[in-house]
Amino acid sequence: MDQWAVKQDGNKPNLIRKPSKQHIREEWVGRVYTALCILFLIVTIIAIVYFVASRGLSTFIKNGVSIGDLLTGLKWAPEGEPALFGALPFIFGSFSTSLLAALIAAPLGCCAAIFMTQIMPGAGRRYMQPVIELLAGIPSVVYGFVGLSVIVPMLRNIFPGQGIGLAAGALVLSVMILPTITTIATDALAALPSGLKEGSFALGATRWQTIYRIVLPTTLPALLTGVVLGMSRAFGEALAVQMVIGNAPHIPRSLFESTSTLTSVITLSMGNTITGSAHNNALWSLALILLAMTFIFVFIVRFLERRNKR
Amino acid sequence: MQNTGLSVKNLSVFYGEKEAVKSVSLEFSPRQVTALIGPSGCGKSTFLRSLNRMNDTIGGVKTTGEIWIDGHNINDSGVDVVLLRQQIGMVWQRPNPFHKSIYENIAFGPRYHGIRSKRELDGIVEDCLRRAALWEETKDRLHKSALALSGGQQQRLCIARSIAVKPKIILMDEPASALDPVSTAKIEELISELKKEYCIIIVTHNMHQAARVSDRTAFFYMGKLIETGETDQIFTNPVEKSTDDYISGRFG
Repeated sequence: MDQWAVKQDGNKPNLIRKPSKQHIREEWVGRVYTALCILFLIVTIIAIVYFVASRGLSTFIKNGVSIGDLLTGLKWAPEGEPALFGALPFIFGSFSTSLLAALIAAPLGCCAAIFMTQIMPGAGRRYMQPVIELLAGIPSVVYGFVGLSVIVPMLRNIFPGQGIGLAAGALVLSVMILPTITTIATDALAALPSGLKEGSFALGATRWQTIYRIVLPTTLPALLTGVVLGMSRAFGEALAVQMVIGNAPHIPRSLFESTSTLTSVITLSMGNTITGSAHNNALWSLALILLAMTFIFVFIVRFLERRNKR
Repeated sequence: MQNTGLSVKNLSVFYGEKEAVKSVSLEFSPRQVTALIGPSGCGKSTFLRSLNRMNDTIGGVKTTGEIWIDGHNINDSGVDVVLLRQQIGMVWQRPNPFHKSIYENIAFGPRYHGIRSKRELDGIVEDCLRRAALWEETKDRLHKSALALSGGQQQRLCIARSIAVKPKIILMDEPASALDPVSTAKIEELISELKKEYCIIIVTHNMHQAARVSDRTAFFYMGKLIETGETDQIFTNPVEKSTDDYISGRFG
C-alpha cells in the first residue's frame, strides 16, 4: 500500500491508488500504540518470570539445595543448623486446601447454576447471579476474618482440635471460589443452544433427564473450566488461608490439624528474611512453584476450552 | 399403520397480552401431510408448538381451546406432557443433534421409555436410520460424533431420532429451510415416505415445497386460520383473496 504512494506520479490524478495522508497517519498511530501496549505486557510477564526464576533457582545453584530435597523434604527449618528446606508440607497444604475447596464448591456452584438457568431462568439470572457475583468482590481479609470468628469456633466445638487447620482453610476457600465456579457455570449453561433441550423434551424426556443426560454432558468442559479457574484462585489465595490454617510447617495427620500452604509461608516469612540469604531464596523457590502451578492451571483451562469448541 | 389424527378446536395462544393464535379449529388426518403456510409472524409456528405443548417450556404463554388425540384433550391438566411428547415428535428448522454419537442420538429416546436391551436398541437404531435413508451413509461410523455429519444428514438424523420413540404424529418446523437443494430434496422424499405411517404436520415458507409434499394446506394470517383444504385446491383455486395474494407472491 505504501509503495503505491511512493511510486505515484504527482501529476496524474489517481483517486483510488493514493491513500490519503490522514489515513496513513491514523493507521500508524493505531498500530504503534497497540503494539506498544502488547510489548509492555510481554516485557512485564517475561520480567516477572525471569525475576522469580532467577531468585528461585539460586536456592539450587548458589545455596546448593537439591531440587529433590526441596520438593520431597518434610522438614522446613531455614534458620536452623544445618538449614533444612523441605517444602513438601507446603506443597501438600496448597494442593489439599484447593482440592478440598474445589470438591466442596464445584457441586454447590454447578447446582446453583443449574437452578438459575434451567429451573428459574428469569429471576435466577436477574437477581441471584448478581448476588453471587457480589461474593467475588468481598476482600479476602474479610473472608479470613469471618472464617476466624465463625468457622474456626464452629469446627472447634464439633471436632477435636483447635479449629484452625486444613478443614477451616478449605471451607473459607470454598466460599471464596464459589462465585467463580457459579458464574462460569451459569454462563456456560445459558449459552447452551436451546434446540438441544427442546430436542430432548420433544422425545419425551423429563426435565431432570434432559439436565443430566443432555445439558450437563454437553457443557461439561466449560463447567470443568470454571472448577479449574476456581482451584487456581484457591491455590494463589494467601491472606484468608493464612488467617485460619494455623501455619504449622508440617503435614497434618487430620483435617483439623494446623498446616501451611505455599502462599501462607511466603507472606508470613518474606518480611523477616534478608535479600539474598538462603532463607529468602528458598521463599522465592516456593514462589516459583506457585508460578509453575499457575501455568499448569492455565494450560488445563486452554485444553478444556479447545475440547469445548469441538 | 397408525390411525391417529389430531383434532384442534378453538385453539388460542397468548404471549402475555398478545394473542398469537386466534381461535383456530383444524383437523389433521392420519397418513397425510398437512402444510401450514403464511407470512412470518402469522402464528403458524406457535400453533405447531402448541400441538405437543412445547410452548410450556417458555414462560408467559397461555393456551386455551382443545386439541384431541385418541380421545384425550392435550390441554387437559391431567395429561402427562412426557407421554404426550412421546406420541407427537418434533423436528426443528435447525438440525439439533445431541453432542453424542449417531447411535446414542437415536437410542436416547427409547432408553428413556424403558428399552435397555442392547440388541433391541441396535435394532431400533438400524431401523430408524434405514427409514430416514441414512443407514448406508452412517452404518460404518455409528459411534462417531453426530456433529461430524453434514447439515442435511444431521436433519435426517433428527427425523430418525424422532421416530425412534414410535410417535403417531410428527411436527416439522421448516425442516429444510436451512439446507441446500439436494438435502432439501432428500428430506422431502423422506416426508413422502414417512406419511405412509404417520400424520405429518409441516410449517414451511417454501410454497413449492408445500405444493410438492403436502396433501392438505392451511393458510394462516395474523394469527387466524384463513383457509384450509386440499393442497391442489388451495394452490389452484383458493376461496379467499388473501390466500391467493400470498401464494402468488403479492404480499408476505
